[in-house]
Amino acid sequence: MPDYAWPDAQHRTLIGTRVSRVDSPAKVSGQAKYTYDVHQPGMLYGKVLRCPYAHAKIVSLDTSAAEKMPGVKAVHIVQGPGTTIHWAGDEIVAVAAVDEPTAEDAIRLIKVEYKQLEHLVSDAEPPKSGVQEEGPLSMDTIDDMLDNQVPAGQMVSQIQQYGITEKPSEDTLNGLKEDGASDAVLDALRTAAVHAEVASKLPSSYQKAAAQTTGDPEKAFAEAAVVSEGLYGIPVITHCCLESHGSISEWTDPDHLFTHISTQNVSGIPGQMAESLKMPATNIRVHEDHIGGGFGSKFSPDRWGIFTAEISKKAGGKPVRIMLERDAELEVAGARPSAYARVKVGATKDGTVVAWQSNSWGTGGPGGGGMPPIPYVFSIPNQRQEHIAIRNNIGPARAWRAPNHPQAAVLTMCALDDLAAKLNMDPAEFFGKNLNLTKQRESTYREELAIASELMDWKQKWHPRTRIASGDMTRGVGLSFHTWGGRGHASDCDLTIHPDGSVDIKLGTQDLGTGTRTCILIVASETLGIPMEAIQLQIGDTTYPPSGGSGGSTTIGGVSSSTRRAAADARDALFAKVAPALNTQPDQLECVNGKVSVKGDSSRSLSWKEACSKLGVMPLTIRGKNPDKSKPPDLTNSGVGGVQMAEVEVDTDTGVVKVKKMVAVQDCGLVIDLKTAETQCYGALIMGISYSLYEEKVMDPTTGRMLNSDMGFYRLAGLSDIPELVVHMMTGKGYDERGVIGLGEPPVISPGAAISNAVANAIGVRVPFLPLTPDPVLAALEQKAGA
Amino acid sequence: MRNDNDDENLKNPTDNPENPGVSRRDFLKISGISAAVPLVAGPRVIKAAGQRVRVYGPGKVPMEFAINGKSYKANLEPRVTLLDALRDEFELTGAKRVCDRAECGACTVLVDDKPVYACAMLAIEAQHKAITTIESLTRDGKLHPIQQAFVDNDASQCGFCTPGFVVACKAFLDKHPHAGPEEIRRGLSGNLCRCGTYAGIRKAIAQVAQKGA
Repeated sequence: MPDYAWPDAQHRTLIGTRVSRVDSPAKVSGQAKYTYDVHQPGMLYGKVLRCPYAHAKIVSLDTSAAEKMPGVKAVHIVQGPGTTIHWAGDEIVAVAAVDEPTAEDAIRLIKVEYKQLEHLVSDAEPPKSGVQEEGPLSMDTIDDMLDNQVPAGQMVSQIQQYGITEKPSEDTLNGLKEDGASDAVLDALRTAAVHAEVASKLPSSYQKAAAQTTGDPEKAFAEAAVVSEGLYGIPVITHCCLESHGSISEWTDPDHLFTHISTQNVSGIPGQMAESLKMPATNIRVHEDHIGGGFGSKFSPDRWGIFTAEISKKAGGKPVRIMLERDAELEVAGARPSAYARVKVGATKDGTVVAWQSNSWGTGGPGGGGMPPIPYVFSIPNQRQEHIAIRNNIGPARAWRAPNHPQAAVLTMCALDDLAAKLNMDPAEFFGKNLNLTKQRESTYREELAIASELMDWKQKWHPRTRIASGDMTRGVGLSFHTWGGRGHASDCDLTIHPDGSVDIKLGTQDLGTGTRTCILIVASETLGIPMEAIQLQIGDTTYPPSGGSGGSTTIGGVSSSTRRAAADARDALFAKVAPALNTQPDQLECVNGKVSVKGDSSRSLSWKEACSKLGVMPLTIRGKNPDKSKPPDLTNSGVGGVQMAEVEVDTDTGVVKVKKMVAVQDCGLVIDLKTAETQCYGALIMGISYSLYEEKVMDPTTGRMLNSDMGFYRLAGLSDIPELVVHMMTGKGYDERGVIGLGEPPVISPGAAISNAVANAIGVRVPFLPLTPDPVLAALEQKAGA
Repeated sequence: MRNDNDDENLKNPTDNPENPGVSRRDFLKISGISAAVPLVAGPRVIKAAGQRVRVYGPGKVPMEFAINGKSYKANLEPRVTLLDALRDEFELTGAKRVCDRAECGACTVLVDDKPVYACAMLAIEAQHKAITTIESLTRDGKLHPIQQAFVDNDASQCGFCTPGFVVACKAFLDKHPHAGPEEIRRGLSGNLCRCGTYAGIRKAIAQVAQKGA
């Protein structure tokens, strides 16, 4: 059997080096085609009429004038009279017309009468009364738990404890399985007690979502020498993908649909569309060359993906393009749940953390949402958590890079940082002292903390909160820890060697801008022993072997493993054909720099092209898979640790916070391409600065609408906001041999906590919630002055 | 980053020297009138703010453009933006539609060598001006030095903001060939990126500025 294991450092030529992104030239020259750029002959332009109210019932609908308008080819009612709408911006009617202005005009001719209902768009601290106690779980709640990555064991125990509101059908169970439900959860659902009477009760907007106790927190707090209490939080933010959500769909014949869609999940789209469109998934082809950002918000075809296909059918199968307008993108196409908490933490006199208590709440829109994994990273021995989920009318939540972790980092690391301040301890020393609570990541964190401290010059820059420089400008430093899984997902890869020496690789994966194409080519090139340029790579189409959705940092582990196995098998199959010509055994051959030769005797060799001619007339295609227990070892792994530090400057007159420097120290097992890996970390730090200082989905309590659904008022960090950034990847012994682990999520987790802690260090008081805009900074300073 | 030609007269294919044209301000003043006129093929001449001005539309009017040194013709409604004309009529899709209201810079093109948000300029205003898009920067398959610097410094991730950024960088470096870090920070604040590629972009511009563009 071929040796599939990753080559060790001295036998690697490309893996782990800095390779330039292979699709950069296409991107910098405007040649890279995104879904939004697809322009099919005879294409129609779709527009969507959206509900202006956060909560309303559709009373009547009149589309007759739009239907009669010249240039309008199809009108499609998405939600008709009698339907209740739960958020502003929800889709009511779609129109396809010969051009965009005509479609816009047609939308204006549609008359809708709504009955407005009471709405809630706030995620402020829940009232003391009116909170619905925990009870039987609905299937929606189960779905939410899966979305929020609630551990299977916890789900099973809740299902067994509280029962469920309806007996799930096998279809429902299959759907949950696709959403990631484990067999244990499915079994628990099959055998759970059903309390159908509860389902009819009107749910409260406030629902107790978790209440758990570990150890003896009461006793621990009573014995703790120092106890710190504080309020912390992180608001709802949006994904704000620069390429909005949307698709171009056409019926190539009455039974076959061809969809270009902006998605993180090419292989998974047909299965999701098939049921709604009542057609076999195999008749749906999906294609995507490039995607303009996803960040967790583009796994599903979405309702608009379905009705784009439906309206195309109504228009005789002509291609129809519906890409979301920017306001809709920000209102309905993705939001990260908020999380707030009153946290109490206790430590012994020497700074050993012993107790945690949190009363948290947050909203993920109509679904409510679950509790972030708090306390985060540090397994504090005695803890009690209570979480209240707020169901409201702000629109649905979606996975946002490292779902629930940035929230958990802020709630945990800020509370612990305040505890360190109360202990008069340097947080680097305080966190270092408690690293044993991080369990199996302890040695990684310890190593990373030391490196980060040095890169930040922490010892020079940190000062006690009580010792703040006089004057208007004051500086401070803060730090945070994070973790993530990142095991490679299921991936199939077809690698073909042609008798003329050309090589192609096909995977139904997608490159989100993370460097996926580059990494697949690096692995194939390294394994085959031919240059990257000699290999053609095709991805982004459902005619290629399926590969998992790009979420949860699972892509790199998946595609690198399937590519490695395909390339190793293909290479060895080729060697078997070549060996007789070189008068040797296949296992005596190697290929280096496009030359197949006998190991240790380079005089007995063939060029790659000559070697491939030995295949005869038929090309050789090999399928590589991940996971594949029959072809060990496991090439991917799970579990990373990272430490980040921030230095900020605060203008105490204006409340303006500027980040001056950030340091990210990160491990992700074996790095395939150091260059794009570092870029991923730089990008995550920048995205982190953006959500720490600027981003918030601001809802108007009166109208129930988003107030900042444009890019002027939904602020993203710009070039002038970017400080000195230092990225250090943990590589080499202790890291490389773990295998390939994903990197998309981890580095975006810590910036919020690190920056908030740096501001607290700078001004001597905690600003409770992100984003750290001037107003709350000045309020915190005022409160401190008054105290 | 805004086009500063606000007061320049609107040119059109049938302009004659006696016609004073219409400034953007006047155009806005009379837009209420123009919306009420029936569908006509050619321009009507009306009096507005004491001047005789031509009124185009509603309905499509013939337009002509000079893009990347080539001539392009299309029948477009006067309300169509330069960006939509480039993307949907001429399939020059390098400039991206992101915010569609002059906030993010992903649609940046050069109009008479000045960077302009193509989403905030009407196509009808852009006629007979020299329009340069990202597509023209690569010559004979060879990347422009700024593009090469973007590649070298890994200054793109998803890449959706990249073409707008490259064009903005070109305009900036044409004007400030040896820009320092502080000028770069200020000079390229008109373009936004979501993936967070600013670190690479900053290095890319510095690389070119050092050599001179």
